[in-house]
Amino acid sequence: MSTVQDPGTARNASKSAAAIDRAKAQGRAALIGYLPAGYPSVEETIAAGIALAENGADLIEIGIPYSDPVMDGLVIQAATTEALAKGFHVKQVFDVVRGITSKTDAAVLVMTYWNPVVRMGVEEFSRQLADAGGAGLITPDLIPDEASEWMAASDKYGLDRVFLVAPSSSPERMKRTVEASRGFVYAVSIMGVTGARTSVSSAAKDVVAAAHAAGAERVCVGLGVSNADQVREIAAYADGVIVGTALVVAIGDGGVDAVASLTKDLSTGLTREEA
Amino acid sequence: MVRPMVDAPAAGSDESAVDAFLQGGESLRHAPGPYFGSYGGRWMPESLIAALDELEDTFEKAKADPEFTAQIAELNKNYSGRPSLLTEAKRFAEHAGGVRIFLKREDLNHTGSHKINNVLGQALLAKRMGKTRVIAETGAGQHGVASATAAALMGLECVVYMGAEDCRRQALNVARMELLGATVIPVTNGSQTLKDAINEALRDWVANVDNTHYLLGTAAGAHPFPAMVRYFHEVIGEEARAQILEQTGRLPDAVCACIGGGSNAIGIFHGFLDDPSVRIYGFEAGGEGVETGRHAATITLGKPGVLHGARSYLMQDDDGQTIESHSISAGLDYPGVGPEHSYLADIGRVSYEPITDSEAMDAFRLLCRTEGIIPAIESAHALAGAMKVGQRLAAEAGASGDASEKIVLVNLSGRGDKDVATAAEWFDLLDKDSPEHEIAKEGEQL
Ligand SMILES: Cc1ncc(COP(=O)(O)O)c(C=O)c1O
Repeated sequence: MSTVQDPGTARNASKSAAAIDRAKAQGRAALIGYLPAGYPSVEETIAAGIALAENGADLIEIGIPYSDPVMDGLVIQAATTEALAKGFHVKQVFDVVRGITSKTDAAVLVMTYWNPVVRMGVEEFSRQLADAGGAGLITPDLIPDEASEWMAASDKYGLDRVFLVAPSSSPERMKRTVEASRGFVYAVSIMGVTGARTSVSSAAKDVVAAAHAAGAERVCVGLGVSNADQVREIAAYADGVIVGTALVVAIGDGGVDAVASLTKDLSTGLTREEA
Repeated sequence: MVRPMVDAPAAGSDESAVDAFLQGGESLRHAPGPYFGSYGGRWMPESLIAALDELEDTFEKAKADPEFTAQIAELNKNYSGRPSLLTEAKRFAEHAGGVRIFLKREDLNHTGSHKINNVLGQALLAKRMGKTRVIAETGAGQHGVASATAAALMGLECVVYMGAEDCRRQALNVARMELLGATVIPVTNGSQTLKDAINEALRDWVANVDNTHYLLGTAAGAHPFPAMVRYFHEVIGEEARAQILEQTGRLPDAVCACIGGGSNAIGIFHGFLDDPSVRIYGFEAGGEGVETGRHAATITLGKPGVLHGARSYLMQDDDGQTIESHSISAGLDYPGVGPEHSYLADIGRVSYEPITDSEAMDAFRLLCRTEGIIPAIESAHALAGAMKVGQRLAAEAGASGDASEKIVLVNLSGRGDKDVATAAEWFDLLDKDSPEHEIAKEGEQL
């Protein structure tokens, strides 16, 4: 079952897996940074994405602003609402992906609620994402049970399928989701939505262990991670650490420079003290 | 089992097409979900799947448990006041081509609408699951009031999410919910309307799913909600079918209901889905006119997409962003629709048509003046539709027979007390200097 996650053949080489494995070879967890496309502008998202990659992020997650973001807390809602109000269009996400992949080696994934993909057509969306150099999709409201079209398109275009697992996932669902995923599995650290939290939930470690036990080779933890100490705590047991809200606050308050310095700081937490 | 997609006319309740469809031998009733044709499903975050599984399991067991069905029957009878009446509207019918019109009086239920059927059922399920807290979304406040009512009755904590704009316009319904012990949380993000209230309720649910049941107010959302909410409303159609047979000795020629998310409609439609001689009509909110873009005619003009957990018709732009809906009726002001309706539209079993604000308000006033019944503005959309259907039936009967032999059944989903301020403003009934006029200008409920 884990063969689907192997970087494997050229056609199905997983960019995300390769990026995580490069970090692993350096004895550390991978850092994954999230930015919403078009906030505060498309140009700044590209510049901030490049800054992320140059300051220690191994993977970059670009969110598509959406009218009904049920998995997002207030900070990301405010940012994506602003991007939409400024006239962001879905197809611009490919400009952002291309703008970053043309300048860096980071694996660039798109995080999107499913309806914008449905509207464009799963096949067409996949084609354009692959064309822009994108690594794959993170899908917060798409479960493998509903993903047959996406499974086919992602196979065709060699894109990663990052599904989520949660503290509430049953062992059967964990197994099914791990088997359907490619690149890595996104472990939701807590039962809740995005947003900075003061401490890392103890549930996170259990979810990662359960996903590994279900056969996942690469499990990355997201939701609520905002500083280097939290990164260090998670890096001890996970293959990657995902930071979102803190970076959105940084770009909103201090622009690209603030993203660069926060990324540098976060990356100090990645090295595993001891195996 | 899930019914396979059958090639059928895209629209129109053409009797021969429905006949052909039904000759496939399978019943359209009791569709179990998760899929209705290609609609429905679970387009939901993984975090909530376990809760949906638990709910589905609890619901399936409850349906098969005589104790549960007896509890529902007892509450329906002695708390809600069921069976609701079936009233012939003779003077109103004179304006509908002279056909006979019968009103299924869900307005007479406790809390004033069909919503009580669903909340009592779901609150009982919440208790069976050991949950101590229910959350709900509400637009105008009808479902919020019904949820607060059921929570009070069963000793559950209740939190209602309501768009900030709706809270202001429906201040009295907010007070009503608070009197019943609920906490009302104004939702200020997104477009601050019903869809954002649902988003916020889902966020609450993800974080509190251990002790909380999400008491969704319409036959939409992720499986098992569409099939489950329908189940609790099927009593409308069952009663209506028995009552019309008793009062007239035959089935109606047409059944009409308004469509918000589609719960009152699917409840009454269900009683007649397998009767090929009965034409079925769902009336969506046409707002200021479908050509203006300011409407809530989801099936008429939407395209399939996924929102709030189900694949269904959806008002969306070319990017797949949800478009804000508009209707004079807060209960119909939703850019989505339940997945079973999308399926029934595609196979041609039910015809969905828009009714504008002004057509609905004309029917609203007409029912007040001819029958002494003040309908909810939502239900007035069904009444306006029934007038059109009646006139069409009369035209068909013209050559061959007598219009007065034709029977149209209308689901009067709620009473209009909540809508008096809106109606007074619409018909310009308020003295320009009165405080009520000032209030109504702001859209507040009196
Ligand atoms: C009286 C009444 N009718 C109809 C509706 C529309 O909902 P549904 O389509 O789920 O029946 C509402 C919703 O608030 C309502 O209050």
